[in-house]
Amino acid sequence: MLHIDKLTKTFGQGDKAVTALDSTDLNVGRGEFAVVVGPSGCGKSTLLNIVAGLERPTSGSVTLEGEHVTGPGAERGMVFQSYTLFPWLTVRKNVEFGLRIKGVSPAERADTARHYIAMVGLEEFENALPKELSGGMQQRVAIARVLANKPRMLLMDEPFGALDAQTRLQLQEQLLRVWRQEKATVLFITHDIDEAILLGDRVHVMSKRPGRLVEEVPVDLQRPRDHTVTVSQDFARLKKRVMDRLFRELA
Amino acid sequence: MVNAHPSIRTLAAYLTVVAVLILVWKAAALFLGNALLPHPEEAVAAFGHALGTAAFWEHFQASSFRVVTAMGVAFGLGFPMGVLMGGSRRADGLLAPFVFLTYPIPKIVLLPVFLLLLGLGDVAKIAMIGLILWYQILVTTRDGVKLVNPKYLDSVRLLGGSRMHIVLNVLLPAGLPHGFTALRLGTGTSVAVLFFVESFATSSGLGYLIMDAWGRMNYPDMFTGIFGMSLLGAALYELANILEQRVCRWKFTQRGSRAD
Ligand SMILES: Nc1ncnc2c1ncn2[C@@H]1O[C@H](COP(=O)(O)OP(=O)(O)OP(=O)(O)O)[C@@H](O)[C@H]1O
Ligand SMILES: [Mg+2]
Repeated sequence: MLHIDKLTKTFGQGDKAVTALDSTDLNVGRGEFAVVVGPSGCGKSTLLNIVAGLERPTSGSVTLEGEHVTGPGAERGMVFQSYTLFPWLTVRKNVEFGLRIKGVSPAERADTARHYIAMVGLEEFENALPKELSGGMQQRVAIARVLANKPRMLLMDEPFGALDAQTRLQLQEQLLRVWRQEKATVLFITHDIDEAILLGDRVHVMSKRPGRLVEEVPVDLQRPRDHTVTVSQDFARLKKRVMDRLFRELA
Repeated sequence: MVNAHPSIRTLAAYLTVVAVLILVWKAAALFLGNALLPHPEEAVAAFGHALGTAAFWEHFQASSFRVVTAMGVAFGLGFPMGVLMGGSRRADGLLAPFVFLTYPIPKIVLLPVFLLLLGLGDVAKIAMIGLILWYQILVTTRDGVKLVNPKYLDSVRLLGGSRMHIVLNVLLPAGLPHGFTALRLGTGTSVAVLFFVESFATSSGLGYLIMDAWGRMNYPDMFTGIFGMSLLGAALYELANILEQRVCRWKFTQRGSRAD
């Protein structure tokens, strides 16, 4: 599905050049939930931004279902850590936004938007403005906005990073339900190892900058999962493995 | 008072301010003597009388027409140009030098030139007020649009939008509050310029009324003109305020009010 090949990204030139990604590879299969963890500043966001088409790689390539990624597109939906809903639009108008751009009729896009707003549990708030909502609710709207566009792939850059622990748990479980329902393919970035293992089919560990994916940990925990899985023996074993690899990078 | 409707509170605030000003005025009139400063009750009585005459309202209407037309034209030209300059580095690079090199010039000194080129009628007066307000709206909108969070632009692109979508769906709505703030704050300047342009080459408008009465040393009439202009200024400010709150309703909603 997603195929990343020898991807390198250097910012700036000469003495000031910063190599964020160093010839890294990654493959994500259809319907897979792939998670990337890595030390702060190692190039995780850079990787995701290139897949999203917001940044151009210095060398290497990204293909999605055989097509080269050269710029942003509606078939890849992105959710950022910071809240990016349009403050002048209501929840429903925000969720409809991508469909409006595609030229979908008002009635149809309202239906689609309501469907996804209900999926993230916010039907009461369809006419609210973003700033009337809590941070967690805003992120749920952001997820609904991306899903309404029916992307082939979901890109998420620490989407729950700014939320408190309880809200984060709620949203993680909700994301798992949505992912199953939508049979989505996800590339998810986090620095929270528990989150990585709870959500992912595979956890990819990135080296410190210049970033390169150095280890792949398959998560063989049974699905469907909820947060009770985080206290199991198997979870602890996986967590230790990811942590050991990560600490070797930090050392 | 605390729970009263906002418009009632605004009115109460206006009345309080007027009452205080009248008291101060009364004290000054007693101190200076009637020859220099009419007593407030005389001036108010003259104003009350004028409100019942067609002549006053003709002057008021002439002034309103000039200033409202100028504000409309200034917004209609200044706001889109501000969005363009704020949103496009190319356009900004091309136009910013013209705008900022001419910005510090006091435009009001061009009035004789305007009167020469555009004639003694309303066009020159409207152009003068409009030009001054246009600068304020243009510069404020441009600076505001420049500060739009780039994440919104990325969001449009990530949802499949083009540059045109960014302009219409992000830069325009994000710029509107800035444009309207400039319009609202510009009402004071606009009325001041209105007074100035109405003191030449015209026999209509509140500015003329003031200057004419002053020349005749008819101070109650002069204050009728001054009151009229104050009324016009306050009305324009409130109008711009209401317009801003209507158009940018999202900006005035309470934060976090529906959060669970
Ligand atoms: N536009 C840019 N210009 C110059 N350097 C950049 C740019 N974007 C990122 N970098 C640098 O590239 C490196 C990787 O940044 P990136 O944001 O991808 O890291 P990250 O892994 O997402 O970090 P974090 O965990 O803090 O989110 C950093 O050293 C950063 O300073
Ligand atoms: Mg990052």
